[in-house]
Amino acid sequence: MGYHWRWNVFFETVPSGGATYVDWILTGIEFTVAVSLSAWLIALAVGSVMGVLRTVPSRLLRGVAAVYVEVFRNVPLLVQLFIWYFVIPELLPSRIGDAIKGVHPLLQQFLASMVCLGLFTGARVCEQVRAGIGSLSKGQKGAALALGLTLPQTYRHVLVPMAFRIIVPPLTSELLNIFKNSAVASTIGLLELAAQGRQLVDYTAQPYESFIAVTLLYVALNVVLMGVMRLVEARSRVPGFIGSGR
Amino acid sequence: MHIRRFVAVVACTAVAVPALAQEAAGTLERVKQSGTISLGHRESSIPFSYYDDKQQVVGYSHDLAMIVVDAVKKELKLAKLNVKLTPVTSQNRIPLVQNGTIDLECGSTTNNLERQKQVSFSTTIFIVGTRLLAKKSSGVKDFPDLAGKNVVTTAGTTSERLIRKMNEEKNMKMNIISAKDHGESFLTLESGRAVAFMMDDALLAGELAKARSPKDWHIVGTAQSREAYGCMMRKDDPAFKKLVDDTIAKAMTSGEAAKIYRKWFESPVPPKGLNMNLPLSDEMKELYRHPNDQALQ
Repeated sequence: MGYHWRWNVFFETVPSGGATYVDWILTGIEFTVAVSLSAWLIALAVGSVMGVLRTVPSRLLRGVAAVYVEVFRNVPLLVQLFIWYFVIPELLPSRIGDAIKGVHPLLQQFLASMVCLGLFTGARVCEQVRAGIGSLSKGQKGAALALGLTLPQTYRHVLVPMAFRIIVPPLTSELLNIFKNSAVASTIGLLELAAQGRQLVDYTAQPYESFIAVTLLYVALNVVLMGVMRLVEARSRVPGFIGSGR
Repeated sequence: MHIRRFVAVVACTAVAVPALAQEAAGTLERVKQSGTISLGHRESSIPFSYYDDKQQVVGYSHDLAMIVVDAVKKELKLAKLNVKLTPVTSQNRIPLVQNGTIDLECGSTTNNLERQKQVSFSTTIFIVGTRLLAKKSSGVKDFPDLAGKNVVTTAGTTSERLIRKMNEEKNMKMNIISAKDHGESFLTLESGRAVAFMMDDALLAGELAKARSPKDWHIVGTAQSREAYGCMMRKDDPAFKKLVDDTIAKAMTSGEAAKIYRKWFESPVPPKGLNMNLPLSDEMKELYRHPNDQALQ
């Protein structure tokens, strides 16, 4: 094919000087980790609350949670990101919209990506939490109420802690997904890992080295996450439930 | 067993020989044999090469390509020459020329030294400068006015490199936003996120013409670089290159190219009847007087 492999391209100085391409990749990893982890916190918080609401007796609250899930799970992630970044500031009163557009572009890109990924993944976490609560035997809720706990107390002390211990494996894959999905942030200009890889291609004309490096780094990130979640799973699994037979 | 192997060898040779022959013969020879020339075109490089409202390929570069097609037909003394049109993107255009899918690509392709290692370029058809699109009321007149402000450009372009470099060297503290394509860059500008959009001036004119109120915007600033667009063809085919070069050069010196220029840059163009309002620059006048195929960077 006549392709010239140049693996040392990563150690060359960037055109604007003062840094090498490795530094670009490293800042890319920092942004990927920062945006994914902060979005994950939002996803867990929103997903837990909504997941509980999906199972409460009140029809209104169940409806609110159902609408949230349907909206955020059925609209493509890329479209959601464009709505948060381009459309929302125009819909707000112009004074607030202009204030948002006036802050540093990097902060705008970061916040839009964080909120978008967080709420998108939150809808998926919500369904996991609902499934976790649904998988508990009816007797648990009944026993807790019979002991004199109120409904919120029953959720707080009995149902939710149990549900979370059961759904650690599906939550692991949501966590891995949020890291991979964070690559959409490159479309609004946030220079995370995928964007740095593409930029490396533009600047060095060495596409294969750049994308191989980016691919391996995503794999490495996710292997680390999987390792951490294995530990969490080992410590939190409930004896007598699926996956804890040994 | 032997017979089988023999058959296999013959079959392979039968497949390989025409492929080799095709490789060795020049483009003109191939066109003569097949009676067909393959043109590569763009889908939305307004007004260079794009689809109009009837899904026909039109544009400044396409008109020049069709003049070349006529010249090829005359040169080969063909009664009929079929034109096969293949849409290309900025990612696949070079491989498609190299592997023989298309014989000539006229769109908005910059002729630079990097690309000359892989393909060959015709006489330059257009010269762009990288400048700024800004709101008239913003007070931005040139690059120094951008210090400390938000500026947008399209990712992966020459403009992106130039503005980042300028930011570092002159310590201008600009916040540079890299959008994914020209449409998104303009959206960033129009929505007020950036005070200026840096890009090739001809493409800026195309974006300006699409604005909700074009009269509020203008193209300003000293050009930071010049780029020469050319038609692309396979390397090492001097006979075809000479024909393409001579045809385009003749169109320029005879005034035909200037007519085509006025049609696409100073009159309303399809599909929306927009007018680029981009008069012939000094560099373009010089090019029309002395056509050449030099890369400018």
